[in-house]
Amino acid sequence: MSQIKIKEFVPAEEYLASGHLACPGCGASLAMRYALKALGSKTIVVIPACCWSIIAGPYPQTSLSVPLFHTAFETAAAVASGVKAALDIRGNQDITVLAWAGDGGTFDIGIQALSGAAERNEDIIYICYDNEAYMNTGIQRSSATPWGAWTTTTPTARPKSHPKKNIMEIMAAHRIPYAASAAVAYPVDFMEKVKKSKRIRGTRFIHLLSPCPPGWKCADEESIMLTRMAVQSRIFPLYEVENGERYRLSMDHSGSPVKEYIRRQGRFRHLTDKDIDMIQERVNDEWERLLRKVKESEDPE
Amino acid sequence: MKKVIMGNHAVSFGAMLSKAEVIAAYPITPQTQIVEELSEMCADGRLNAKFIKVESEHSAMACCIGASAVGARAFTATSSQGLALMHELLHYAAGARLPIVMANINRAMAPAWNIWSDQTDSLSQRDTGWLQFYCESNQEVLDTVIQAFKISEKLLLPSMVILDAFFLSHTYEPVDIPDQAIVDAFLPPWKAEYTLDINNPRAFGALAKPDSYMEMRFDMHRAMEIGKSLAREIDEEFGNVFGRRWGIIEPYRLDQAEIVLVSSGTMASTTRVVVDSLREKGENVGMLKIKMFRPFPAEDVAELLRGRIKVAVMDRNFSFGGGGIWAQEIKSVIYNVEASIRPVVFGYITGLGGRDVKPDVMEEIYFRTKGSDFPESDSIWIGVQL
Repeated sequence: MSQIKIKEFVPAEEYLASGHLACPGCGASLAMRYALKALGSKTIVVIPACCWSIIAGPYPQTSLSVPLFHTAFETAAAVASGVKAALDIRGNQDITVLAWAGDGGTFDIGIQALSGAAERNEDIIYICYDNEAYMNTGIQRSSATPWGAWTTTTPTARPKSHPKKNIMEIMAAHRIPYAASAAVAYPVDFMEKVKKSKRIRGTRFIHLLSPCPPGWKCADEESIMLTRMAVQSRIFPLYEVENGERYRLSMDHSGSPVKEYIRRQGRFRHLTDKDIDMIQERVNDEWERLLRKVKESEDPE
Repeated sequence: MKKVIMGNHAVSFGAMLSKAEVIAAYPITPQTQIVEELSEMCADGRLNAKFIKVESEHSAMACCIGASAVGARAFTATSSQGLALMHELLHYAAGARLPIVMANINRAMAPAWNIWSDQTDSLSQRDTGWLQFYCESNQEVLDTVIQAFKISEKLLLPSMVILDAFFLSHTYEPVDIPDQAIVDAFLPPWKAEYTLDINNPRAFGALAKPDSYMEMRFDMHRAMEIGKSLAREIDEEFGNVFGRRWGIIEPYRLDQAEIVLVSSGTMASTTRVVVDSLREKGENVGMLKIKMFRPFPAEDVAELLRGRIKVAVMDRNFSFGGGGIWAQEIKSVIYNVEASIRPVVFGYITGLGGRDVKPDVMEEIYFRTKGSDFPESDSIWIGVQL
């Protein structure tokens, strides 16, 4: 991976204009830029209520040079299904339909439509850019918010008391042809996964960790570094699941202590060392579980 | 070709003849036969459409929204709780100016669970920006689906074709099923001007700030206003081609009528019989059947009611804390009639949850109206036994 020169790998074409409305350090703006570079101009994007409803710009502007349909919060997967059906019946087979939603619109309010689309194996790509809370409405907890995190609805006296919902497992359980996790700190890996998704038919799902400096309470310039730490500490491992059963790690994760990742973010400032030890234990357990699945995929009994 | 079919299948044939391209639906009693028949039509090739069998009515409307945004003709059908679940997206479809057509089978809202006829489901959606057509017969249902696509695609507003649960949805009647070629000539393929087009990329539905949102709403209002005359014109054109007209409003024996019974849906059939029988007894009574509820044909209603003495509105619906919804609309409209020739409006609540509105019920309504100078209350409930 380190051998690849990003300049050579990343197409020069830009589908995201400057002047968009993302906050400094926003992972989601970078992510869209890379995703569209990987997909090309024959793409229609469906965006439910999320940060990206703002980033794309208000009427009559748009920061994207591909068609974009802003839709209601819980409908990204269903609207994308309708877009795809209309393209099919009109004989346009070579256009990619991309549903692009945040963690609220995916893990919470949108999960029913997403599950419905996945069950029907709709021929769409669904990318969830996960910034681990309702950031666009001012940092309220979602079911993607990690255990122990502060948000405006999980104040430090009673921080998030449940672990993050495992969306990858939920999607894998649908036996969709392709699910992958990705992170903005690894753009080549992310773009490869998007490109691979483009070649596959059926429902493809990418779970992308995408930092939000105001919500994570970190410096703007730290977002890429933090995302890299999330991956390297195994708190957010990068892997692929094909047809719900073939697990493959995307890269070796060194297993750096989660403490370094946690301690750099204001949203975890109130956590004690004991709390962080508990998080570390959970991360270790989840990692072991993932490794078992990878191993089972390699040596089917 | 004439066929004896149920109201629900009249909807399916209407959608088939209209060449719906994307159908997304979820089953709900008493709508299910619509989607069953459409599934058959898609499976056996009578209809070349994509049928998305979604996991909820909310997603059904979302799929229609996506498909319509690409420029495809989109159709769905629902009823009662299903329609209520769609509510958010009904606003969305209209706001996005998408000419989706939907059939709704009028069914009561829960609790208590009730699958029978009641207009409260569709009337609760009156402010969503959808055109609403209340049908009386299976033939009218089939014809109205075809007309609705044409009206919607000209206005860029969605339409709801409404029929009563069981009284129509499950009742078999002979229906003329027009030739496809004639329907094709009347309703050519829809060519949307603004679509999700990779060769001309645009963003749809973006944030509109206070400096532009109101103008968009005003545009919708203007389209609705045009909708009244447009629906009338398209119905006329339909009549010239198919030999049948339905009107957006139907005056029945209004000549010299002092008291007018206002009716809608299948209740209008019974009202017609009651008016005939009362006329034979020498009563000066007529009926106003209103088919188009949104946009409300205000000018026609005011003109036809001007100078009458009393109007009795029969509402198979109720707005709690308000009254019968058609009665409210009519009161509002005739406020513009000069006070000296403005009729007194009596609002009757009847037939909720599918209770039969028999001729003797309507006669009671007529004689109660005739016997009082003013209504005893804003909404007079008929036949409630406490």
